[in-house]
Amino acid sequence: MYEASPGETILPSRQEVRSSRGLQDKLIIFLFLLPSTVIFLVFVVYPIFHSVYYSFFNWKGLGPAVDFIALDNYKRILTDRVFLIAVKNNLIIVFLSLLLQLPLSLGLAILVGRNLPGRAFFRSIFFMPYVFSEVITAIMWLGLFNPDPDRGFINALLILIPGVEPFPWLADTRTVLLCVFVVLSWKYFGFHMLLYITGLQNIPLDVEEAARIDGANRYQLLFNITIPLLSSTIRTSVYMSVLGSLQQFILVWIMTHGGPVNASEVMSTYMYRFGFVRFYLGYGSAVAIVMFLICLAFSLVYQRLTPQQDYLGGI
Amino acid sequence: MTHKIFTLLSIILIAVFALSGCATPATTVPTEEAVVEAEPTQPAPTEPPAEPTAAEAEVEPTVEEQPQVTVTWWHIQVADDQKALWQGMADEYMAAHPNVTVEITVLENEAFKTKITTMMQSGNPPDIFQSWGGGGMNEYAIAGLLKDITADLEKDGWKDTFSPGALGVFSFEGKYYGVPRDMGAVGFWYNKDLFAQAGIEAPPTTWSEFLEDIQTLKAAGITPIALGEGDKWPGAFYWEYLAVRIGGQAAFDAAYSRKGAFTDEPFVEAGVKLQELVALDPFQEGFLGATWPDEQVVMASEKAAMDLMGQWAPGAFKDASVDKQGLGDKLGWFPFPAVEGGAGDPADALGGGNGFVVGKDAEPEAVDFLKYISSVESQIAQAEIGLSVPVVKGAEVGLTDPMLVLVQQGAAAAKYFQLYYDQAMPPAVGGVVNDAVQGVFAGTLTPEECAAMIEESAQMELK
Repeated sequence: MYEASPGETILPSRQEVRSSRGLQDKLIIFLFLLPSTVIFLVFVVYPIFHSVYYSFFNWKGLGPAVDFIALDNYKRILTDRVFLIAVKNNLIIVFLSLLLQLPLSLGLAILVGRNLPGRAFFRSIFFMPYVFSEVITAIMWLGLFNPDPDRGFINALLILIPGVEPFPWLADTRTVLLCVFVVLSWKYFGFHMLLYITGLQNIPLDVEEAARIDGANRYQLLFNITIPLLSSTIRTSVYMSVLGSLQQFILVWIMTHGGPVNASEVMSTYMYRFGFVRFYLGYGSAVAIVMFLICLAFSLVYQRLTPQQDYLGGI
Repeated sequence: MTHKIFTLLSIILIAVFALSGCATPATTVPTEEAVVEAEPTQPAPTEPPAEPTAAEAEVEPTVEEQPQVTVTWWHIQVADDQKALWQGMADEYMAAHPNVTVEITVLENEAFKTKITTMMQSGNPPDIFQSWGGGGMNEYAIAGLLKDITADLEKDGWKDTFSPGALGVFSFEGKYYGVPRDMGAVGFWYNKDLFAQAGIEAPPTTWSEFLEDIQTLKAAGITPIALGEGDKWPGAFYWEYLAVRIGGQAAFDAAYSRKGAFTDEPFVEAGVKLQELVALDPFQEGFLGATWPDEQVVMASEKAAMDLMGQWAPGAFKDASVDKQGLGDKLGWFPFPAVEGGAGDPADALGGGNGFVVGKDAEPEAVDFLKYISSVESQIAQAEIGLSVPVVKGAEVGLTDPMLVLVQQGAAAAKYFQLYYDQAMPPAVGGVVNDAVQGVFAGTLTPEECAAMIEESAQMELK
């Protein structure tokens, strides 16, 4: 049965105090969260549902949407040759980023994060492109890539080599996507490098020292100690790189408009072309939803498949 | 469990955030700040435009008590002297009407097209803005985004001041939504010095002569043609003009009214002829990625001999040249060459006009201001700086540039005047024409595929 203890009369009142303070805390938390939640709902969640709605219509964006066509927009997207080119180009950018851009960032991070003389200087130099706005980056590289050697720096350098003709980098269907990738890498490698530097700083030096005492060489140290301990950072970096590559718009649109003839078309430029150039806003909305689903599917699969083990936490 | 839910939730939120940048075409917030940034930064011109004194007399000073009205005006004249002319006219009008503020937004052509689309989709048109009439304007008119100014035009004979053909571009189903500013034809602008250097005595009149001249120019080490095919519409002129020369009015009318199709022989043949041209590699290096402003620089710096462009080209060349003088006397003009055996009359012209339309929420003051900037005096001033081939009767006297006189005569001589395809048809078809023709330029589409792409969109849009 119920047994009273001496402290019993005091205890509830303490709890009361605690719970009322808890309530107050929660209220404060709630109030602080409220503005951003409202903005998030109004400007992000609501438009997404709106896009879903419009994606079922043949709608030009002017006046109300009335011509309901159910899933026709989606059928057209998935059979459209140009959209498939755009998806392919997105995937090329994703894979090139993973294969070239991230290893480069990691290598530089290991160099400038640790023992390179003048590393602070290099660190800020490498990070600088990330600070520039994307529009400025695009316009700057447009100038560099200009096919006229009098105006484009890259071609001006090229023609100094005897026998080499200026090359229209962004105007050739074979090179345009690679050029876009170069600019993307230039812009974002500093960001990933910074992520890795932060990750590196979290690795305790004594682990590496212990490995060195045990006779590990630099190669073993890198692949058996440093990289495994960086795994959670790498996971984040890969995640951001893939999503960023899938959604890249500004640089591509300003530099090439997805052209020439769709050679650098990506999903977002395709969406923009239909939504805002050809006035098929319903169709454009459907493309946006398809992009959203692709990104969401990637996120879920990625979180499920990548090992959640955190070696660093185990130390 | 809660951990999983949180993980899932955060994934969704991240994905949503990451996508929100592009997934929201539905909520196009009108960008107020962009308007401010696009506002002309230069001070009011020190020299007022040439002839406005007579116009001032027309403008009665208004009563003080009238409510303040702001008229928003978007134009695309980015060249310094043209921008200054408009700003000067706005300043004069404001001086005469203290209750009216004219807010000018100057945008480059492509930027304008992007921005006006967004503004229209948000249901928020400026009071007065650039338009090419035709299909694009009709879309806006159907959606009720433009103001019907027919009554204003009928009043005091305003309508009769315009040449009827040019004004007609701004009417849809018997109602007028704007007024023209100029009307002209596309033709070849060429550098006489470079032609002489290559030993070409007279500009070509037929397609085969044209192709021969291109080879002659190439043999002389001169780039024959400047082209900004990255913007697509400059190249579409070639295909459209070839279709006009080969098929004439009948072919277009049949395809447009759906009695025929854009897969009909003349439209395929236009692509074949275009292939012949592209095979000679006559364009400057990197033309597929170049823009119209790039094209201007190529011409203005005398790095190419020819440019197929409309009546606005000389003004643009001037602005693109280092000394702002353009090519001067070196610049010549000849009409698009006739195609042997084509059904079209060699005098027929492809072209169109520029003008201003009135947004649905415009106050009467906006229409009054539009009238002011469309006056014969304004038109003379525009013609004098090479901005417009005038459409108001009596303004031809301002047309001192002999080249523009040629264009005007060329346009006037045309028995059939073909409006640019991207203006004559709905924007979606126009967009496909531009995209498909670029494929022919790049060699990725055959003439048949190009025609089929255009036909497919015409089937969807033209009824």
